[in-house]
Amino acid sequence: MPTTRPLSPHLGIYRWRVNMLQSTLHRLTGLFLCLGALLVTWGLIAAASSGKAWDIFAAFCTSLGGLILLFLWTWSLLFHLCNGIQHLVRDSGRGFGPPHRDRAFDPSYWKAGWIVIAISVVLAVLVFVLLVLRMGGGAT
Amino acid sequence: MSAYPGQEGLRTPLKVARGLGSSKTGVHHWWLQRVTAVALIPLSIWFLFLLGGMVQADYGAVMATIGKPVHAIFLIIFVVCLFWHGALGLQVIIEDYVHTRWLEMTLQIALRFGALLGALACVMAVLAVWLTGAAYY
Repeated sequence: MPTTRPLSPHLGIYRWRVNMLQSTLHRLTGLFLCLGALLVTWGLIAAASSGKAWDIFAAFCTSLGGLILLFLWTWSLLFHLCNGIQHLVRDSGRGFGPPHRDRAFDPSYWKAGWIVIAISVVLAVLVFVLLVLRMGGGAT
Repeated sequence: MSAYPGQEGLRTPLKVARGLGSSKTGVHHWWLQRVTAVALIPLSIWFLFLLGGMVQADYGAVMATIGKPVHAIFLIIFVVCLFWHGALGLQVIIEDYVHTRWLEMTLQIALRFGALLGALACVMAVLAVWLTGAAYY
């Protein structure tokens, strides 16, 4: 049904800001983490099935493609976690509202977005460095 | 004030007449998403540590780790929250981007079945490991 009612302006008219990147990444990482939930399901069912099934799962996880996916899942989880915490804080109304989007009034509002992204990347790299060290060290 | 009965703010009189206003379930969805999110904060951090501990573990060690009662219980809570939170998120993504009615309904129903199936499969797998895993430690 064609409508003659006015439409809200689309994304193109807005100046790009970090919260748009956060919002997009939050949704994309959430979507990707849903696939990760399937990997968790695979792993648990493999463990419940047999040692052979678990070995197939473990072989996938330690393959190059598996490790790349695991790194992406680790970062996705950590970004979704960090950004989700910021989301919850702002859901509570703390530091949220039109005045806070004014750089002069609250310069930390936009900075916080970059900090969330930076922390998630640093944590993901840290987790993976520790993981590779553990793998290399042959720890039990 | 509005010239039409029942009209408030930007809602058109036609929308009121057709009864297609708020379905009154949005707030519930919003709260469930937040509550599962809060639960997943400690659970997912704990899950990362659990995975880290299982690097290079053989099958017996994995069974012993998952089969520990404390780990098994928290794993069950984790996967239930995970699939619930994921289903709530995917529901909104489908609502936002799929505008072909039959496809949207199909995906929404498939999502609910899929999330339930995934959560049930995980819970049963953890229970199976828990009940048989005692042999591994």
